[in-house]
Amino acid sequence: MAEALHALSASAAVPRARPPWALRLAPALTLAAFVLPIVAGLAGTLLPAFGWLPALGGRELGANAWRALGAAPGFATALRLSLFTGWAATVLSLALALGIVAFVHHRPWARRLGEAMAPMLAMPHSALAIGFAFLILPSGWVARALSPGLTGWELPPDVATVGHASGWPLVAALLLKEVPYLVLMTLAALNQVPARAQVTVARSLGYGPVQAWFAVVLPQVYAQIRLPVYAVLAFSLSVVDVALILGPGNPPTLAVLAVRWFGDPDTRWVFPASAAATLLLAVVAASIALWFGAERVLGRWALVLLQRGVRRRRSAWLGGAATAAGAALLAAALASMGAMALWSLAAQWRWPDALPSAWTFANWQRQAGSLWLPALTTLVVAAASTLISLALVVACLEHESRQRVARPSRSLWLLYLPLLVPQVAFLFGLQVLLVRLGADGRLSAVIWAHLVFVLPYLFLSLADPWRAFDERYTRAALALGASRWRAFWRIKLPLLLRPLLLSCAVAFAVSVGQYLPTLFAGAGRVATLTTEAVTLAGGADRRVIGTWALLQAAFPLAVYWLAAATPRWLFRRRKALA
Amino acid sequence: MQRRRFHLHAALAAAALLSTPLLQAQTLPAWEQIVAQARGQTVFWNAWAGDEKTNAFIAWVGEQVKAKYGVGVQHVRLKDTAEAVTRVVAEKAAGRDRDGGVDLIWINGPNLLNMKQQGLLLGPVTQVLPNFRYVDTTKKRSNVIDFTTPVDGLAVPWRMAQIVFVYDSARIRNPAAMPRSAPALLDWAKKNPGRLTHPSVSNFLGSTFLKQALIDLAAEAQVLQQPATDANFEAVTAPLWAWYEQLKPLLWRQGRQFPENSAAQRQLLNDGEIDITLSFNPSEAAVSVEAGLLPASVRTVGWSKGTIGNTSFVAIPYNAKNWQGALVVANFLIEPETQARAQDIRQMGNLNVLDPEKLSAAQRRAFEQLADHPALPSTAELGAPRLEPHASWMTRIAAEWQKRYTR
Repeated sequence: MAEALHALSASAAVPRARPPWALRLAPALTLAAFVLPIVAGLAGTLLPAFGWLPALGGRELGANAWRALGAAPGFATALRLSLFTGWAATVLSLALALGIVAFVHHRPWARRLGEAMAPMLAMPHSALAIGFAFLILPSGWVARALSPGLTGWELPPDVATVGHASGWPLVAALLLKEVPYLVLMTLAALNQVPARAQVTVARSLGYGPVQAWFAVVLPQVYAQIRLPVYAVLAFSLSVVDVALILGPGNPPTLAVLAVRWFGDPDTRWVFPASAAATLLLAVVAASIALWFGAERVLGRWALVLLQRGVRRRRSAWLGGAATAAGAALLAAALASMGAMALWSLAAQWRWPDALPSAWTFANWQRQAGSLWLPALTTLVVAAASTLISLALVVACLEHESRQRVARPSRSLWLLYLPLLVPQVAFLFGLQVLLVRLGADGRLSAVIWAHLVFVLPYLFLSLADPWRAFDERYTRAALALGASRWRAFWRIKLPLLLRPLLLSCAVAFAVSVGQYLPTLFAGAGRVATLTTEAVTLAGGADRRVIGTWALLQAAFPLAVYWLAAATPRWLFRRRKALA
Repeated sequence: MQRRRFHLHAALAAAALLSTPLLQAQTLPAWEQIVAQARGQTVFWNAWAGDEKTNAFIAWVGEQVKAKYGVGVQHVRLKDTAEAVTRVVAEKAAGRDRDGGVDLIWINGPNLLNMKQQGLLLGPVTQVLPNFRYVDTTKKRSNVIDFTTPVDGLAVPWRMAQIVFVYDSARIRNPAAMPRSAPALLDWAKKNPGRLTHPSVSNFLGSTFLKQALIDLAAEAQVLQQPATDANFEAVTAPLWAWYEQLKPLLWRQGRQFPENSAAQRQLLNDGEIDITLSFNPSEAAVSVEAGLLPASVRTVGWSKGTIGNTSFVAIPYNAKNWQGALVVANFLIEPETQARAQDIRQMGNLNVLDPEKLSAAQRRAFEQLADHPALPSTAELGAPRLEPHASWMTRIAAEWQKRYTR
């Protein structure tokens, strides 16, 4: 009945006036805001990769940069390392995420799990990585807690963890963030599929619960998590801050190598650096293509298995194991932040004490002087890029809902562009462009660079609730004589306040976590908590790092809780809204 | 005296003009005028920020010059000095020859050489600074010759460094057992495998460790004062590589992994992962003990044949927007009171660049009153400073190391 009514009212729409020009302009402006810097930046990186950068004496197109790249010591290892860590992190996080969802989706606490995991996404990668590094060091927290009592180690064992040549700590740290991300994405996609009923039917046919989910539900939701998976793949292949903190140093991953060369005092390294950045772009593109192909092959293979009617009742323990691994990751993430909190309050904490032997507030007091400016910058940049994005995104979505045009699905790919193109591949070009415009090192340049990443995330998290809004509320308001704006402000916004604020919290967290964009666009002159924390992670006093990393993580968490609590408080007398 | 130094600088500048055609001597206004123009400026001081003590000292300098000259200081915290050099290069590439974003850089070694060769520095500047008359330019040779490159007044010395080795006397109980030469270090490592390391060779202290070993092992150290050539590099460095081949597998993590910088290595000593660390600052251990970064049992020694000493400078890019303010900051840095505070282990704890004989009795007293500390080396323990080899040796050694050990 309700659906029938909806269809009726939808088809009976009256032709209405063209939306105001500001709304009509919004989609083009939004697209330009984040696609232009990427395209210009890519060009500015591609040209030097083929020898063209007149300012540094490159006036001849050729393959010299590539020859220099190939001859650079450790290049092959760096490339292999990038490929291994990127693929391992993506395959593992997807497998774990799907296993977890298959295991928990029908359980009543699945929703609460989602809610508990959401704040994890708010934590900056680098803050987690810094804490995780202390956790797993041979002289780190885990070893300290067990030594010498359980391990018999009077001295820390001489084994490699952080910086291990294989890159496994980097993979593990990526899992800390990517598993919750994919779990949340999958849980969100499940909303549109009657998963429980379908799994029940499949189980009655003799399939195990986890196998049933993989066979029946996954094919329906995978299309919706495909782009997030590609984003994870692209990110894991090209991440810089986490690789700086946890990855091997000699050689590091290809992305770190490129950043290191871009910063070499000998400016001739700009050319191989550009070549490395371009290669990384190609690696990401090829990896996504390969993944796409693998999806096809695996899909077909799964179909064959299904047709053969293979039943695996015992598949449940795989899901259980994945969930246990997920819980371990969650615990590791919490312990990582806990360790940083302890360090920020430690006066002395030496091997093999499980806890600091002396406590103090002096670290915070001493750091306060240097903390406040980067903290303020972080806040201003994050707030500005979030608010600008919010205005653009809301204008786009409102334009779309007033036009009631069919959603062009290709624009989704465009939105994902900043998440699929490696940051190193366009940030150097962007920096050259900014210098030319005389805008590098300005706060506005940093805000713009953050916008490139903040905007897509805000759009992606707001679009679904916005599109799901029942326009009949607006129509009712219009019928009662309210103007379009009044209906928008008084009816639509309050109803959408919750998703609106949560999307803002996501956007804010994305901005706080940005490392490379701040470094390049800020020309090193704009310091945020993240750039400072990563700089300090290179070996400074852990008590100092603790304060920076903790504050860095606290900002997005506080904003997230604020976003979750505000509607509850505002609408405390209106149960359905709160 | 004043006049003679001026002639020396003019001669050096002229020599530089001949050898580096890019460099153009810029005539600077009189000091009073500079100070007047500087008022109200904010100097973007690009300085490596890996050391909290130095960061705090830079913040203190900012407060002082604000109060005295109305010049603000904004510390641009670098992970690597090369970042600032790159920025100036990028600005030059984009044609921004004025109003550049970098006003002052803490710099030396290859970065300084690079900027000097590319004509990216303002100056010569030292002759306009009133306080430069206190600087020791004769006994502390590294104040005017940086890694065998004449500084030509393009950079202002502000602190000195000398390689020292820091050990935990709770682990190495007998001071006589502490190795004080390259061969002795190898012998010690054979008895204590996995308890020694050096910073990554991509870090300057890491390559300095190799340089220090080379100076100690080379049959003829004098050749190191000339640029390395394809002809002599292999022969001169052969003893170094023979020594290092034996040492590497005995290092922490079997020499497969290295701490990123000296602070990371100090952390390893504090965490009990190694027994010996090295530092470019003889008072770093004492400062670190006071800051709770190292156990009170650490001690500091140099090598018996001496260790490498060098000078840190501040330099002003040719296109700096606030160059007058930068000059005021540079001049303040070499004021005797500032230098005494810089040497105080409770503050920054760096050797000063001044000549005690040029100071008044009152100025000298500020240095004599500085506190002693068990982790500070005596003059005998420290040993004499030795000049840095030509920068090309460090560059080549680092490249050779990468070639040999990066797979």
